[in-house]
Amino acid sequence: MVKVMVYPPTSMILADLVERTGHEALVVSKEVRKKVNTPGLDSPPLNMTPEDPKKGLKYAAVDVPSGVRGRMSLLGPMIEEADAAIVIRGDDCTLGCTGCARTNELTRFLLKTKRIPLLELKYPEDEFQAKQFVHKIREFLEGLN
Amino acid sequence: MIRIAQLSCGSEYSGVQGELEKAAEMVGAELVFPEVSLEDVRNVEERFGIKVASGDLNLAMARATRIVENPDLADAVFVATCFRCAEGAIVRSEIRKYIHENSRIPVLSYSFTERTTAETLLTRMEALVTTAKFKGLLARERQTGLTAGIDSGSTTTKAVVMRDNEVIGTGWVPTTEVIKSAEDAYNAALESAGVKKEEIQGLGTTGYGRHLVGKEFGAKLIQEEITVNSKGAVFLADAQRGEATVIDIGGMDNKAISVQDGIPGTFTMGGICAGASGRFLELTARRLGVEITELGKLAMKGDHQKVPMNSYCIVFGTQSLVNSLSAGSRPEDVAMAACHSVAEQVFEQQLQEVEVKEPVIMVGGTALIEGLPRAMEQLLGLKVMVPEYAQYIGCVGASLLVSGLVED
Repeated sequence: MVKVMVYPPTSMILADLVERTGHEALVVSKEVRKKVNTPGLDSPPLNMTPEDPKKGLKYAAVDVPSGVRGRMSLLGPMIEEADAAIVIRGDDCTLGCTGCARTNELTRFLLKTKRIPLLELKYPEDEFQAKQFVHKIREFLEGLN
Repeated sequence: MIRIAQLSCGSEYSGVQGELEKAAEMVGAELVFPEVSLEDVRNVEERFGIKVASGDLNLAMARATRIVENPDLADAVFVATCFRCAEGAIVRSEIRKYIHENSRIPVLSYSFTERTTAETLLTRMEALVTTAKFKGLLARERQTGLTAGIDSGSTTTKAVVMRDNEVIGTGWVPTTEVIKSAEDAYNAALESAGVKKEEIQGLGTTGYGRHLVGKEFGAKLIQEEITVNSKGAVFLADAQRGEATVIDIGGMDNKAISVQDGIPGTFTMGGICAGASGRFLELTARRLGVEITELGKLAMKGDHQKVPMNSYCIVFGTQSLVNSLSAGSRPEDVAMAACHSVAEQVFEQQLQEVEVKEPVIMVGGTALIEGLPRAMEQLLGLKVMVPEYAQYIGCVGASLLVSGLVED
């Protein structure tokens, strides 16, 4: 079992595919859940505080916008933890945790330069491509064993 | 409850969403998020004219189109993106223009960092709420009866007494102890007007010390500077109808306000560093060994192009000042370069955030430093008006507005 980070990190479909092959999916919803459940913090709905962009300084310099650094405080530790990654290009509409294009670029870059097994695929546009898409992902994940 | 539509990107992840909500709550407003469908976000280019890489910015633009189509959804709009985000800055500016051009809803534009607090936003939010809530009061064009205004600023405290649409007394003192300075300025204004405090029918206060002074003096109106300065400026410049732009370079911060029929439409309040404020001009005057009141006249004889100066930071600005004097620059050129440097920063950082429409009215004590409006004219390529009593603009606005409450 390896830890596989998926991109977009909000993708429940990718997370499901990862977990079906017996691996652990690293998705941002788990990080958000940790924040929401942290006792003593009261900054709803995500419980992000001004301390989070400061934690993000580990991944992006101080002159990088605070929204990027705040998102990186969630995504950065996941990237560090990842043993493998699946990156999907051409995702149509990303919002919230993936709503900032600069953060998304940095996330993809850090995953690529980490030198871990990485599968990069284009978002499928029809049923045939979707079947191939799932097949390639399964093949990649099984190969990780 | 005033509903302020929040069109933003990054506030949640910067950890400042709570501060935005707190600021809105402090001024009796609530932040609302107009609902849009995924299709609205996907097709934002068709309706707004642009689609960018960041989904949250597309969402903000989709919300803007929804507000324009259904103006009842919000009383005011707050557009905010992360400081230093180029994509965000472009979208923020375009949303502001879009709302301004397609509706009569007041807009506030702001770029935040993780250090943004509710207190930083308070004056801006208060102005936004006032503009949305008291349009009737703000539409007032004449001062009636005997009223007074006190402007408790960061550097100076000013007061005026007005009777039947005329300024009849003024007072001006440097701000030391807030209450004492207000008392001194108020007494001076009363004395020069030849009236007693008891005769004043209504007092309005503004400026940083407005709450403290207002409470102490039993003011009928306690109002932030953006609203009263707009009102005072268009009143004194006789530009109450139609468009106008008000620029106020203060001791601690600067305001640029786009006004329509005497009511603020879009505005910015800021000043990244003291280098862009009246403080830098004070420091320049001191270094040149002239009174601040003489700096403007000296500057008018100078040429800013002969002295390289960038007072983006007051420390570096002072360094440029000292270096140029040591290199043999003429004091008049240095004085004009300082005025130009301050004007340039306001032009670059703030006037790009509002619609600059004529007449351009410069107010506040710094407007009397002749070199500053001249430098602004050169940068804008437009004539800049400095009305009589420009330094008393806040007090005049407060005095004018409070007369509406007295009548009521």
